[in-house]
Amino acid sequence: MGKYFYSVCKKHLNTLLTLIFVGFLFLVLRWADTHLDEFTLRIMRTGAVYIVAAVSYDLINGITGQFSLGPNGFMALGGYTVALLMLPLPQKAFVWFLQPQAWPFNSFSFPVTWYFFGLALVLSGVMGALGAFIVGIPSFRLRGDYLAIATFGFGEIIFVLANNLIPLTNGPLGMKGIPELANVYWCFGWAVIATLVVKNIANSSYGRAMKAVRDDEVAAEAMGVNVFRTKMLAFVVSGFFAGVAGGLLVPLITTISPTLFTFTMTFNLLIIIVLGGLGSITGSVITAFGFAIASELLRAVESPMQIGTIRIPGIAGMRMVVFAALLVLLMIFYRQGIFGQSELSWEWILSLPGKVVDKEVAKKWKRDETSS
Amino acid sequence: MSLETFIQQLANGVSLGSLYALIAIGYTMVYGILRLINFAHSDIFMVGAYFAFFLITVFHLPWLLSAVLAIALTACVGMAIDRIAYRPVRNAPRISALITAVGVSFFLENLGLVTVGARPKPFERPELMARVVRIGPAAISGVSIWVPILSVGLVAILLYVVYRTRLGMAMRSVATDIDTTRLMGVNVDTVISYTFAIGSALAAAGGIMWACKYPQINPLMGIYPGWKAFTAAVIGGIGNITGAMIGGFLIGLIEIMAVAVFPALSGYRDGIIFGLLLVFLLVRPTGILGETLKEKV
Amino acid sequence: METGRDIVLELDHLTIKFGGLVAVNDFSLRIEKGELVGLIGPNGAGKTTVFNIVTGQYEPTQGSVLLEGKDITGWRPHLIAAAGIARTFQNVRLFTGLTVLDNVLVSQHLRLKSHFLSAALCLPSYSNEEQRARANAMELLERLELVPYARELAGNLPYGQQRRLEIARALATCPKLLLLDEPAAGMNPEETARLMRFICKIRDEFDLTIFLIEHDMKLVMGICERIRVIDYGISIAEGAPDEIKKDPRVIAAYLGEGGE
Repeated sequence: MGKYFYSVCKKHLNTLLTLIFVGFLFLVLRWADTHLDEFTLRIMRTGAVYIVAAVSYDLINGITGQFSLGPNGFMALGGYTVALLMLPLPQKAFVWFLQPQAWPFNSFSFPVTWYFFGLALVLSGVMGALGAFIVGIPSFRLRGDYLAIATFGFGEIIFVLANNLIPLTNGPLGMKGIPELANVYWCFGWAVIATLVVKNIANSSYGRAMKAVRDDEVAAEAMGVNVFRTKMLAFVVSGFFAGVAGGLLVPLITTISPTLFTFTMTFNLLIIIVLGGLGSITGSVITAFGFAIASELLRAVESPMQIGTIRIPGIAGMRMVVFAALLVLLMIFYRQGIFGQSELSWEWILSLPGKVVDKEVAKKWKRDETSS
Repeated sequence: MSLETFIQQLANGVSLGSLYALIAIGYTMVYGILRLINFAHSDIFMVGAYFAFFLITVFHLPWLLSAVLAIALTACVGMAIDRIAYRPVRNAPRISALITAVGVSFFLENLGLVTVGARPKPFERPELMARVVRIGPAAISGVSIWVPILSVGLVAILLYVVYRTRLGMAMRSVATDIDTTRLMGVNVDTVISYTFAIGSALAAAGGIMWACKYPQINPLMGIYPGWKAFTAAVIGGIGNITGAMIGGFLIGLIEIMAVAVFPALSGYRDGIIFGLLLVFLLVRPTGILGETLKEKV
Repeated sequence: METGRDIVLELDHLTIKFGGLVAVNDFSLRIEKGELVGLIGPNGAGKTTVFNIVTGQYEPTQGSVLLEGKDITGWRPHLIAAAGIARTFQNVRLFTGLTVLDNVLVSQHLRLKSHFLSAALCLPSYSNEEQRARANAMELLERLELVPYARELAGNLPYGQQRRLEIARALATCPKLLLLDEPAAGMNPEETARLMRFICKIRDEFDLTIFLIEHDMKLVMGICERIRVIDYGISIAEGAPDEIKKDPRVIAAYLGEGGE
C-alpha cells in the first residue's frame, strides 16, 4: 500500500513537472516572439515542425521497428489539406489562372482565424492517418519489408498526383500566398503534443507491444500480441502527426509545390532519428531541432559564395552527399546514435544532484521507465 | 486501336518489361539471400549507363566494347558497395541494413548530381538499335527488338549459372540457410559478393539498354525504373528469379498498354503500378510464383 | 485414457506437409488437465513442428487442434495465446531490448481493457490498469525469483536466467496449457536438476498442464508422467517413462543417440 501511495505521488509529480515545463516554455516563446528577429523565429518554428515529424517517424521506425519511407507522402497530404482549406478565395482565383479549380475548393475556404486553422491542422492529420491506413493494410499482412517499398511508392505517387491533378493542386506551380498562420505557439504547441502523445504511447502497454514486435515478431505473437493491429496503430498515429507537420510547414513558408515534399524530406528525417538514436524520443526531439538550426547555418555559409564563383551548385549538392555518407557511416560505426534508446526523464533529472553522491541510485533512477 | 499501333505498343511493352525484368532479378537475388531491399540497385543501374556513356564519349571506345567494360566496372561497384557498406551491418538488426541501403542510394544519386550535373546527357545508340524494322504493318524500332532478345539471353546465362554451376549451388544454398551453408565450409561472404556482382552486371546491362531506348541519361534516371522493378519482383514472388522475370514483363506490358488504351492516364502510369502493388499485397502477397518464406521458429 | 478428468488439449490426426515433405503424419494426442506430458524423438523428428501447429505458427494440412473441446485449428497465434496456450522457444526468443519487467508485461497486453486513446493521453483509467499490471508482473517475478533483475535488459541476463524469464513471460499470459520446447537445452546437470524442481513447482502453483519437448532423458524420465515418442513425424510409442525406456522401437530410433 505504501508502495502504491508512493507511485501515485511520483506520477503526479511527473505531471506537475511537465506542466511547469510547458508553462516555462510558453514564457520563453512569449519572450522570443516579441524580442527575436523574424529569421531566428523562423528557424525555431521550422525546428518545432521537424520535431513533430521526427517524433512521429521514430514511433514507426524506431519504436515499432517497421521501416517506413513514407513521411514525405503523409506530410504532402497534410500540407495540401491546409493549403486548400486556408488559402483565401480571392487568392485561389489568382493562383488558378490557367485552369479552373475543382469543386468544392473553388467555392469555399476556411476563414483565416486561429480556430479554423486548428481545425484545418486536425484535418491534415486525419488525411495523413488515412494515407497511412490505406498503405498499412496491405503492407502489414505479411512479415517482411513490404512497408518500405509501399511507402516509397506512396511518396512518389503523391508527387505524381500533385504534379498532374492541376484542378486540385495547381500542378508544379503550386500555391502562393497562403496566410502565415503557423506562429511559434502553433508550432511548439504541436511539438509538445506530439512528443507527449508518442511518449505516452511508448511507455504504455501498447508501446511495449510495439517494442516487442520490433525485437521478435514471432515471440510477440506467441505472447498474445496482435502484431498486425499493433503495427497499424503505430503507423496510423505516425501518419497523423506527419500530416500535422506538413500542415504546419505550409503556412510557415506560405507556399506549397510538389517539390516541397520529395524523398529528401524523408531522408532528412531518417538522418535525424538515426543520429538521435532509433527508438529514443528524446534523441528525435533534440536532433530534430538541432538539424533545423544546422541546415539553416549551412545554407548561410553557402549563400555568400553563390554570388562569387561558379562552383556553387556543386557545393550546394555536396551537402546531401555528405549527409548520405554520414548516414551510412552512422549505421556502420555509431548505430546506437547519440541517445541510444534511453530517454530523458524527470526521475533522471531529479537524480542529478544525488548522482555525485550515489552513482548506483542514479543508475537505478535512470533505468526507471515510468518517465517524465 | 489499329493492329499497327497494337503491335508497336506490344513491342514497346515487351522491351520495357524485359528491362524491368533485368533490374528485378538483381533485387530478388539479393533479397533472397540477405532479406535486404538493396535500394542502391536502382542507382547501380544509373551508374552502368554513365560508365558506358563516358567510355564512348570520353575514351572513344567502340560501342560494344564500352558496353561490356561498363558492365564489368558496374559489377565491381556492386561488389564494392557490398564490401564497404553492407557487410559491416550484416549481423545488425534488419532495419540498420535497410537504412544503410537507403544511405548508399542517396549517396550515389547526389554524388551523380554533384559530379556530372543534373542536366540530362544524350546517349548515343548503335546503328543496330536505331534501325527501324517492319513487322507486318508495323514499323518497330530496333531497340524494341534487340532489348528483349538480349535480355532473355542474359537471363538464360544467369539461369545456367544459378542451376548448373557450383557457384549457383552455393548461392541457392546460402539463400536457403546461411548459417548451415557457412558450417559446410562455404565462404558465404564470397558467394554474396558474386551475387552482388551478377545482380549489378544485369542492372548495368539494363541501364545501357534503357539509355538506348530512352536516349537520355541523368543521375536520377534509376529511381522510377528501380522502384517499378522491385514492385515487379514482389509481384512475381520475391526471391524467385523466374518470378522476377514474369513480374517485369507484366509490369512493362500493363504500363504501356494501359496508357495506349486510356491516353488520359499517361500522367498516372506510376500510379497504376502502385495500385497493382497494393492489390497484389492484399490478394496474393506471396506473388505469382512465391511461397511463403517460412520463418524458422 | 478413460478417466474423469477434463481433456485440455486434443490433437486429432494432425498432418502437415512442406512441399513434398511430410513433417508430421497423422499425429493424435490427448492431454488431461494437470498432466505433464513429454514429447521425445530424434533430431528432425517433427517435435517442434507439432508445437508450431498447436500454437498457430503453422496451419496443419489435415487434422484439428482442440483446446478444452474448442476447435482452434488455424487460429492466429495471438488468439491461441489469448485462448490459453503459452509457449517457450527452443532457441530463447526474448525481447532483448526490453527490461525483464517489460518482457513479462508484454504478455499482459492481451488482457488490457483500456482503449488505445486513453493510453495515448495517459488518462487515469489507463494509469490504474497499468499500475495493476505492474503489480501483477512484479508478483510473478517475485515468485520466479527474478526480482533482482527486473530493471535489467533481458538481453543482458545470464543464459539460465533468460530461460527462466522465458517461462515467466509465458506464465504471464495466464495459460491453461504451457508448452516448453527443450527447456534444459544448454544446461549442465545441476541446472537441469534445478529446472526439474522448478517445472514441477510451477505446475502445482499455477495449476498448469504442461507439454514439453526435451532431449535430456534424465529430465523427461524424471518428471513426465506420460511420454510420446515420434520419429519421422510418426508416433512410434507412448507410455509411462519405465515402459518407454524398454520399448524396442524407441531404442532402435535412438540407437547411437545415447538415450539412457
